[in-house]
Amino acid sequence: MDFELNDEQKMLQEMATRFVSETYGFSQREHALKSDAGWSREAWAGLAEMGLLGLPFAEEDGGFGGGGVEMMIVMEAIGRGLMVEPYFATVVLAGAVLRHGASADQRAAIVPGIVAGETIVTLAHHEAGMPRHATAARTRAMRDGEGWILDGGKIGVLHGAGADRLIVSAQGEEGLSLFLVDADAPGLRVEGARGYDGVPVASVHLSGVRVGADALIGAAGQGEAILTRAFEEATAGLVAEAVGAMSETFDLTVDYLKTRQQFGVTIGSFQALQHRAVDMLMELELSRSMAILAALSLDSDADQRSRNIAAAKAQIGKSGRLIGQAAVQLHGAIGITAEYKVGHAFKRLTAIDALLGDRDHHLAALAEKGGVYRAAA
Amino acid sequence: MKLDFTPEETAFRDEVRAFLKEALPGDLRRKMIDREHLGKEDIVRWQRILNARGWAVTHWPVEYGGQAWTPAQRYIFQEEMALAHAPEGSPFNVNMIGPVLCKFGTPAQKEKFLAATANIDIWWCQGFSEPGAGSDLASLKTTAVRVKDSGGDHYVLNGQKIWTTQAQHADWMFGLFRTDSSGRKQQGITFLLLDMKTPGITVRPIETIDGGHDANEVFFDDVRVPVDNVVGEEGKGWDVAKHLLGSERSGIARIGLSKERLSQLRALERRLTDDGTLTPAEQARLAHKLAEVEVELRALELTQLRVVAADAHGGGANAAASILKVKGTEMQQRMTELVLELAGPAGLATAPHDPAGGDDAEDGWVAAAAPFYFTMRKVSIFGGSNEIQKNIIAKTLLGL
Ligand SMILES: Cc1cc2nc3c(=O)[nH]c(=O)nc-3n(C[C@H](O)[C@H](O)[C@H](O)COP(=O)(O)OP(=O)(O)OC[C@H]3O[C@@H](n4cnc5c(N)ncnc54)[C@H](O)[C@@H]3O)c2cc1C
Repeated sequence: MDFELNDEQKMLQEMATRFVSETYGFSQREHALKSDAGWSREAWAGLAEMGLLGLPFAEEDGGFGGGGVEMMIVMEAIGRGLMVEPYFATVVLAGAVLRHGASADQRAAIVPGIVAGETIVTLAHHEAGMPRHATAARTRAMRDGEGWILDGGKIGVLHGAGADRLIVSAQGEEGLSLFLVDADAPGLRVEGARGYDGVPVASVHLSGVRVGADALIGAAGQGEAILTRAFEEATAGLVAEAVGAMSETFDLTVDYLKTRQQFGVTIGSFQALQHRAVDMLMELELSRSMAILAALSLDSDADQRSRNIAAAKAQIGKSGRLIGQAAVQLHGAIGITAEYKVGHAFKRLTAIDALLGDRDHHLAALAEKGGVYRAAA
Repeated sequence: MKLDFTPEETAFRDEVRAFLKEALPGDLRRKMIDREHLGKEDIVRWQRILNARGWAVTHWPVEYGGQAWTPAQRYIFQEEMALAHAPEGSPFNVNMIGPVLCKFGTPAQKEKFLAATANIDIWWCQGFSEPGAGSDLASLKTTAVRVKDSGGDHYVLNGQKIWTTQAQHADWMFGLFRTDSSGRKQQGITFLLLDMKTPGITVRPIETIDGGHDANEVFFDDVRVPVDNVVGEEGKGWDVAKHLLGSERSGIARIGLSKERLSQLRALERRLTDDGTLTPAEQARLAHKLAEVEVELRALELTQLRVVAADAHGGGANAAASILKVKGTEMQQRMTELVLELAGPAGLATAPHDPAGGDDAEDGWVAAAAPFYFTMRKVSIFGGSNEIQKNIIAKTLLGL
């Protein structure tokens, strides 16, 4: 047993944390949010320069072959900065689909562009009127000679409007399949909006979108298996991001308790508030433990992996809510202004719970599997 | 001991219900259901409809336009308003400055302001909080210095207020200013009325996390206010403020609002079950959560009614208002969490969108769910934070 980072991992942590604290402060983030795209190409180029966009991709695909712990380190730093750039959408989530489903040719065609910061890829899977976190879709895929025709609609597509390529899930005769679709494909319409957490989201309409045989990721009907795997990996990343956002929230709150004066004393001298802050700390530490568990589970067997990752996501759903709400409350009115970081962290933590299955979803999944601990044989 | 309303109370409820059905404009009702932001003109329009019926300022003294209702009637009125999705009037007009002027105002102030306040011909804002004076309101520093010169007898104001809701729309402000800093901090505070058009006032909007712009900073740079605009006596503003902050007990828990939200949740539960959004496991969990919240709401409702009944008999502990405030705001916040959970990832987009070409009006709640959850965090912060309420309960009820 060893919870220490090795030297390379420490360097990675130091580099990612410094990058965020030095180049992605609150005002830089505000600036990015107010730009037309709503995120910063400059920050993206910075991530590319440090090699972080290639981190989880295999070396033969042009990446650096990082594992769960490396991903955790970077996502935690991103969470601290509340970065709205498409790291999660492209590198973590769409990247996981490519890593676990795409052919060598497809990866060779796409991954180098991602690593260089030139290509934004995102997953378009969720649909209205479907269970919120399912591996099924109503979008149709019809055979069209060698290729396919896609029809349907997607919602909640992260960075959909800025994406160069989308990975679209669609139901065909063989079951659910995943397709690479160019953003400028005829029949594809993307409607961008701003998520409440600052991250761009989009709805995507597909009407008679034609794709070639080479657009299919994996084999026809493999979509569910690929998505399941990709969702687990991405969830581990999201959990680490939540830990970063919680740590930042916690630090800001404790600092505030030590500086804000009311009734002639710092408000941190009130025991009612001390206990709330201690509750926050305890939730943060439990969440950190679960982020480690999730990161270390990525290579375990499928059953254990899914239990551990569901448990981690359920935990941070609860902790994120408690920490976000407590931070706002302990700040008083300043906690609900858009001019201060805590409110933004609260919103991102809220969004993280909603993404990839909320706490209730994962608790239900665990209940169905018989719990977190596997019964002794 | 008896739970039911009397026949008179039931008849009263029916009368209120019938009026609201008739009088509440459909577009306002729709906005309320969708948790859309209500503009000043919406609130003014509705307040004037109520005022024409004599129901805009029901808890003011009868001579100033109030109603001689029993506490039970007031409770029924508030509940019916909420269940009908009727907007609330401007709290600054109806619950704050109006009652203050009824009690402390000079005849000239009453004449000038009361009718205009009830009809919102004047839109008020509240200038109490300052950057350094939140929970510890009495530590406020914005000064009002009395000067007599060729311009007459007046105060000159310098300093800053913050979190001033609606200051950008307000015609007048009522506020607390320091006229003397020699004694205890509660002394030397003066309650003033000021015209927001007075030279030297600057309003800067503050954006809140729900995307709204209702909060403001207000800066005073040599702002001249006539001495006639003092409410109560110079230096005795704290007493006036205490009267204002000891708000109405019959409605503080806002049970009606929570009940209205519960009915929305029940409707959403049916809809999302029918359209396949909720899996069977999620349905079961939601049903459980709703039952849980209903138990608590029922308990809170009965507790509120007990306080109302105690008031009717002229008694009851003052800390009851604090209990109702804490539990009532927790309940309101819980309701917003449940709606947020139902909106799921589709609620991420704050701009309403129309993915499946569905009915926009039906889907407004999805986009509104998160902003509403965010903004309702305020209810445990303002009006005396929930921590401060618990301090009051510990001190006055428990003697700790
Ligand atoms: C949406 C909104 C609208 C508002 N509108 C207005 C307005 O129109 N006009 C106006 O004048 N003001 C307004 N306010 C301000 C409001 O009255 C203050 O926010 C409130 O008094 C709390 O002060 P504060 O925000 O400075 O928090 P602080 O007083 O700094 O409190 C910070 C934290 O410390 C806690 N705390 C403070 N003292 C104690 C104690 N003794 N024991 C335990 N805990 C304590 C608080 O509960 C809170 O958790 C508004 C606030 C909000 C959020």
